[in-house]
Formats: sequence, structure tokens, C-alpha cells
Amino acid sequence: MQWLPAAVNFRETLRAAQSDPAWPSRLARLAGLSRQRLGYLEVIQLDRALAAVPADARTGLTPVRLAVLASSTVDHLLPGIRIAGLRRGLSVETHIGTYGQYRQDLLDPSSSLHGFRPQVILFAIAAREAIASIDVTASSEETDRRLDQTVDDLRSLWREARGTLKATVIQQTFLNTAKSLFGSYERLVPGAPLQAIHRLNERLARAAAADGVALLDVAYASERQGLDFWFDETRWLQGKLEIAPQAAPLYGEWLARIVAAQRGLSKKCLVLDLDNTLWGGVVGDDGIDGIVLGEGNPTGEAHLALQRYAKHLKERGIVLAVCSKNDPKIAEEAFAGHPEMVLRRSDIACFVANWEPKSGNLRRIAAELNLGLDSLVFVDDNPAERAAVRGELPMVAVPELPEDVAGYTRCVADAGYFEAVAFTAEDQQRAEQYAANASRDAEMRSSGNLQDFLAGLSMTVSFGAVRDVDLARVAQLINKTNQFNPTTRRYSPEEVKALCADPACIALQFRLLDRLGDNGLVSAMILRPGAGSGILCVDTWVMSCRVFGRELEFEAMNIAVEAARALGARTLHAEYIPSPKNGVIQDLYANLGFQPLPAPQAAAGSTNWQLPLDEYRPRSTHIARSPQ
Amino acid sequence: MTDQEILDTLSRTLGDLLADDSIALQMTTRRSDVPGWDSFSYINFIAAVEMELGIRFGVADVESFENVGAIVRRIQALKSAPK
Repeated sequence: MQWLPAAVNFRETLRAAQSDPAWPSRLARLAGLSRQRLGYLEVIQLDRALAAVPADARTGLTPVRLAVLASSTVDHLLPGIRIAGLRRGLSVETHIGTYGQYRQDLLDPSSSLHGFRPQVILFAIAAREAIASIDVTASSEETDRRLDQTVDDLRSLWREARGTLKATVIQQTFLNTAKSLFGSYERLVPGAPLQAIHRLNERLARAAAADGVALLDVAYASERQGLDFWFDETRWLQGKLEIAPQAAPLYGEWLARIVAAQRGLSKKCLVLDLDNTLWGGVVGDDGIDGIVLGEGNPTGEAHLALQRYAKHLKERGIVLAVCSKNDPKIAEEAFAGHPEMVLRRSDIACFVANWEPKSGNLRRIAAELNLGLDSLVFVDDNPAERAAVRGELPMVAVPELPEDVAGYTRCVADAGYFEAVAFTAEDQQRAEQYAANASRDAEMRSSGNLQDFLAGLSMTVSFGAVRDVDLARVAQLINKTNQFNPTTRRYSPEEVKALCADPACIALQFRLLDRLGDNGLVSAMILRPGAGSGILCVDTWVMSCRVFGRELEFEAMNIAVEAARALGARTLHAEYIPSPKNGVIQDLYANLGFQPLPAPQAAAGSTNWQLPLDEYRPRSTHIARSPQ
Repeated sequence: MTDQEILDTLSRTLGDLLADDSIALQMTTRRSDVPGWDSFSYINFIAAVEMELGIRFGVADVESFENVGAIVRRIQALKSAPK
């Protein structure tokens, strides 16, 4: 895990952390250690120190109960999973099924697996079982038939895990440990073990896509680092360890990325330094003609590769920003004036070039983009800048770039900051939406009057019940939104689907369009029956930060009230549960005209609200309606 | 490496693994002499020693270590073998 900085004085730092009497600072020290490059034994030690921190003292971490159902020994993988979780803001509680008995555990409601109430179930099955019935002489059809049986069997396990246990499913791809029988001819022999496992992984991916199951792609990981790193025949023979101990920290990292992504904890923004990062040389000294960038020069091509990678990330919905110690005019001119630049100024949603400390500039970038600091990745070739940012802003991810510029792109890619669990139309449009947001902000600054600005936007809300086609985006919004999210409840796509199908519930989705573009599906609301007749509760309400301050919350509530009345409700109940990130909406329900209810015994700082529907007067907004 | 240096490395590795700084392995120490050194932590120990010293035990080696002295002798042999 070369993108993490090398551990310094691990032993002493760990001891010091373990003797820290205050839980919050102890946890912060342990989290700091988890962000360093650690070996197998160090991860075990750090995990033990983490285990000493009681669950109720793990403030700021998202708790996750993860069950691993495997056909091989996985005990040695758990410390790496828990520490990688800590690295990503998760407090992972783990459970291992009875060895080789995952089917029985799943089907038996009295099993310890059911007692554990897992939120995430990982299926880690060894390939040798999956292809045991395939003969090397099997025809293509026969091979596929048997592989389909294996995949169908897995799908029934997935259904069981989701249906009965209400867990999110992660399926591990099959590590291809088969030995070559035919050499390069292998690919032409469908029943040969190596080829059968290869085909099995392809069919597994198709099934996972169809069922909305996440894949933990150890098959790809083993191509990336080499199969010998992931699989050790001796360890397999010795203790049926399918994943070699040396790969355990990396395995945990790959798994934690997915679990974190499902909870909206993936990074969202790539912040790039300029000099010696996006191009070679210092533009302020060397001039636009003097910087090294572009085809024909190995160093220039390496910098170009990083630009291309950043551009690809932007195309899949990652926001790009620039943070550089530079004269802003010269820095912008390099974007406009250098013919080899792949990144254009318009690709950069927030461009900060000055001589201030970078930590302050990163704060500014986060604020301007309305993103949390923990959504940022900061890429800088200068070790001193990296160390300064890590010291000031430990929540910002700062990859430890190698000396050689040839390795920059690989380093950023290997770090897996932008793990995805879906790829929606909204993702593909996000870059344009951020650009449009920037021009809206500029218009607002120039118009100076908010009402005029909103009136001039010609906004329309397109809305309706959540349909099947909306499920992936609605689930993504529910799981990624931290700011406009009064309850921070997370639901898997299948849970959202179940709520939508419930006639007693109302699930609404809202798209906001305006003169400058389609903002996409930006808000969703779920109302569930409350305690008492005629009461509906705002169980979940999320809104993308892209449309804050556009009066959409008022129009959405107008629409929700109408829908609630249509269902016969007389009162809406709502609650606000404070989280580290949702302070921006603490007055949301007061502003919407709700009345405070007596505080519940529940979480400290929570507030409860009610809205008698016969008293509700719709708020007038600048948003026209377009029901779907 | 001297036998004592290897013993020190093994003691530190096992101590880290079992969170017990008092572990001081001798050539004659057997697994059953060390509380907590069960078969699972034994595999962990072997793996950690391999990573620490840059050596690879064979599957037959691992089965046949009757005491720590046997591990030390095997490490000496692996270290002196031509690469």
C-alpha cells in the first residue's frame, strides 16, 4: 500500500496511544496510525489496541456489522478489515460463520449469524469447490451449464441474505489458483480449470450486475499485485488460508473501500497541485513555454498521463480542483495557453492559486464546493506540503507519491479513493452540473439580489413516486448525503424498493431543472406511518448540496404535504438527529413551519417536530411544477 | 545472524503477536510452554517471521518444528542457503 506514508516509530506511537486516557484522542491517534503503511504484524497490534476502545467511545466512526461467510480460513483477515475500516471512518464489528457451514448458518434462524444481525454479508468462496464438478473434457455448453448452476446457487444465497437478514451483499470474485494444463492454449479449452474459473468470474459479474450485488474483486487484485502475493500454497496446505497473510492488510483495504462507498464515505473531489504535479517545472519561473508537458518527452508524457487520468475521473463524476502556490494569473494562463494541456480550465470546479498555506486553501475549496474536508484527495509532488496538510487536516487523503513521476498516476489509482457502488446518469453529468453551479454563483454575485436571481433561473421541479428506474440513484443519494440529511438513515436499494412498494409509505423523488441545465434527481423523501392514526413520519429526506438555497426544500414539502393528505394523513412528524455534518439544516423544520414536540429520550441534541396538515399553508417559491 | 539474534527476533515477533512483552524464547521452548501460542497464532507467527526475515519455510518444515531451537536451526540453514 505504497500510497500510504511509511510508519515512523510504530511501536512507540502505538504505546503512547494505548496509554492515552481520553478515548477521543486515543481513537484519533489510532486512526492516525491506520493511515500509515503497516505490515501484517503491525496491523494485528493496532487492531488489538482498537479493540480496547469500547463501542460507545468510538464517536465519529460509522458502525458496521460485517459477517464473512467463507469456505476457507478467514480469521487472519479480520484485523486488516477492521483497521482498513478505521482508516475510512468505520467501526467494523466482524462475525465469521461456522467453517464451511455458511449455507446452514444462513438458513437457520437460530444461528449465531442471525443473532449477529449483520448489515453486510461477504461471501468468500474458494474456486476449487465451485468448479469441482467440471471435467476438463467438458464442452463449452456443459461447462457453462455447470457454471450457471454455481452462480444460481450463489444468487439464492444472496436472496436469503438480503431477504431474511436484510443485509447488503458483497460477493468475492474467485481467486484463480488453478494451474495451467495447456499453456497458452488454455483459453481455448472451456473445461480446463484455469479457464473455467475465468468464465465463472465473468458469469458472476453479470449476475452481480443484475442483482445489484457488490463485488470484491480479488481476482483483479491478484492480477494487479500478482497471484503469488495473494495466494500462498504453503499457508493453504497448513491452515486452509485462501488469502495469504501478507495480503491481509490489502484485502481489508479493498473490502473496507466497498463498505465505506456504500455508506457515502468515498472521496468526491481530486485536488491537484500544479508545478511538478500536473506538469514538469515551475510555470512562474520557467514560463508557459518552459514547462515540461506533452508527447515526445518521457517526463512530459508522465505528467500528461496524470492529467488524462484526472480527466477520466471527472468524466465518471469526480470533482476536480486546483490548489497551487502560484500567481493565479500565470497559473490560469498555463491552462489556456499551453497546447498540450489535457485538462481545461472548465474541468476545474474550484481553482485556488496563491501563496497561502495549502491547508487553508483546502478548507476554502471544500467550503466553495460545499463538500466535507474528508471528501478531498490532495495530490502534491512536494513531500513537505503533503506532510503539512496531513498534520493540519488529517481527514484529507494525501497519497504518498513516489519519487518517479512515472508512478504518480498508478499511485493515485491504487489508493482506491473513489470506490463506487453505482454509476448513474447523475454521476456522468456531475461535472457539467458543477460547472453550471459555478456560473449560477457568478450570476448571483453579479445580480446581488437573491429573489431576482432565483426568479431569473426559471426553475422547474419534476417529481413523482420513486420508480424502479430511480432506485439506484435514490439509494445512492440516501447513502451519500451527509449534509441535508436530518436523520442520516441509510438504506440499501432493496430496502428502498420495499419501502416504495409499501402502500402505507410515500417515497418521492425530485429533479430540479433550470435555465442552465438539468440538475438531475437531487432529492428524495420517504414518509412512513407513525405511532397513532393519521400520522406520517419523515423517515428520510435527503437533498444534494448542489441545490442548497434554491427553495427546493419548500416546494418539496408543499408536494409532500399534498401526497400525505391524499393518503389520509392529518399530521406529519419529523425528527432532526444531529450528526457531524448536518448542522446546516438544524433549523430546517422550524423554517418549514413545523412545531416543536417534547424532546425524546433518544440521542442527545435530537429534536422532534410536528406539522398539523390542516394548518399548513403552502410556501410560495420560484419553482414551477412538472408532475411526472 | 547469531542464534541469540534470531531468538530475540522470534521473541519480539511472538511478543507482538500475543501482546506479551515478557516472552523470552529459549532453544528448548516448546509451543505448549507459551500461554496463548495456539495453532492459529502459530500460523500467524510463522507468516510474520517469514516476512520479518525474508525467508520461506517449506510445508514440511512447519509441521516438524519440535521446539524453538529447531526453528532457529532451520532459519540458519535457509539464511545460509544460496539464493
